[in-house]
Amino acid sequence: MAPALTAGLGLKPQHYDEALRCTAPGLWWEVHPENYLAYGGPRLAWLEAIRARHPVALHGVSLSLAADAPPDAAHLARLAALARRVEPAIISEHLAWSTWGRQYLPDLLPFPRTQAALQRHADNIARTQDVLQRPIAIENPTHYLHIDGHDWLETEFLAELVRRTGCALLLDVNNVYISANNLGFDAQAYLDAFPLHAVTEIHLAGHHADPVHGDTLLIDSHDAPIAPAVWALYAQVIARTGPVPTLIERDDQLPAFSELLAERDQAHHALTAAQPEEAACN
Amino acid sequence: MQLSTFQDGFSAAMLGPATDAPWLSALESQPGFAVYRNTVLKGCIDALQANYPTVGQLVGDDWFRAAAAVFARTQPPRNGLLVSYGEGFADFLAGFAPAAELPYLSAVARLDRCWTECHLAANATPVDCQWLAQQTPDTLPLVHLRPHPAARWSWCDEHPAYALWHSHREVLHPNEALEWTGDGALLTRPRAEVVWRPLSRAGVAFLDACAEGHTLETAATSALNVEPTADFAALISTLLDAGALIPTDSRTG
Repeated sequence: MAPALTAGLGLKPQHYDEALRCTAPGLWWEVHPENYLAYGGPRLAWLEAIRARHPVALHGVSLSLAADAPPDAAHLARLAALARRVEPAIISEHLAWSTWGRQYLPDLLPFPRTQAALQRHADNIARTQDVLQRPIAIENPTHYLHIDGHDWLETEFLAELVRRTGCALLLDVNNVYISANNLGFDAQAYLDAFPLHAVTEIHLAGHHADPVHGDTLLIDSHDAPIAPAVWALYAQVIARTGPVPTLIERDDQLPAFSELLAERDQAHHALTAAQPEEAACN
Repeated sequence: MQLSTFQDGFSAAMLGPATDAPWLSALESQPGFAVYRNTVLKGCIDALQANYPTVGQLVGDDWFRAAAAVFARTQPPRNGLLVSYGEGFADFLAGFAPAAELPYLSAVARLDRCWTECHLAANATPVDCQWLAQQTPDTLPLVHLRPHPAARWSWCDEHPAYALWHSHREVLHPNEALEWTGDGALLTRPRAEVVWRPLSRAGVAFLDACAEGHTLETAATSALNVEPTADFAALISTLLDAGALIPTDSRTG
């Protein structure tokens, strides 16, 4: 049986009316909660109107769980209030940091995966899950840098976070493809080692080559259709996991809604055709 | 290396020059380091551009983004709520040397900021004409009303900031015969969306007094002190129509 959520799209204000009207089967919408932590007003009303018709997922970008500090308590409380209001199907965050020393740096920043970082990250996830009263999914980041001092492979680090905190994982296939390209590892081997049993959501997006360095440095720009190589990796993943709610991310160079929906439909068809691993083995 | 040491060095190098640490130089020398720097700066500038659209229209993209980059390096966001980033941008523009030829820019930025704050503020039910009709003449002067949590008002002495802002927000062609005198604005959210209208000096003084917790009588006196010829009945009608006032015992949320 296909899950209630198949393929979703990031909710963009430019497409709001079409999003509200759309009745595609299995469709769901993902938003950055940071854009809806208003005290009142039209933003919350928009989100609640969408939520009245479709499932919604909250994909946080600023909890900064990989920082060497606990997540901001006031921010967490507001996130929890939003979650009570819209009852999201999934809440997710990143294996990254962005807030440090009273500054928010709007990006998902890297860190050396040390033993101490693992402990801190696990504590921060546990604290977040305590406040939200539910597990969150942690997303693998995009990498652009060779960093010294890792004690853990990323796949093992994520598996250990799952083991220690009971969190789920959000597998961003485009991030794997870009990181493998930029750091020179094998995307297939990474996915083979990924704790797929914990994956509750998949992200797909487009990327582009750096204007100066070309294909040796791919940028996770979310401004283009999904690359064929990323679709191919995705097909391999869902052949193993079975259907997992999948989000198409597009944040820049927004095309017409119909074009985004066509890309979403491609993922929807792949998911409705995918069988869980156990079933495929029978 | 401690995680906090890594974050201290890395974060400082995002919006400023990297410190001299060898580990940081090893990162900075890789082409990928610029990706983080560009993304961080672009994120700040994009947020400012979204939050100050009228300033952007007045100065053009290139000028705006150059100014926003200077602002972002000195006043980066304090949290992830970029929808409200840039609180100090109007003050920054007031002291920004390249903006000296556009002395009204800071006042226009203040109105963009009013819009953002009005848009994001809490909901509350305003008092209306029906409420006014229910008051008795002897108790009305002693009533306390406060500004609606979404109400924002502003006065500019030197420039017609509201006339400029309004004509750009509504894509009107600025009146060539625009009278270059100070003006005021009231932004409210009586229903779903932010709306705006001109506000007299008397209206500004009245709302200031209400915000300070004074009675209607004291607020009315403040209004008439700054503008003795003000039509007070018309002012109250405007404020009620805009949904600018709530009872003091009103809950917001």
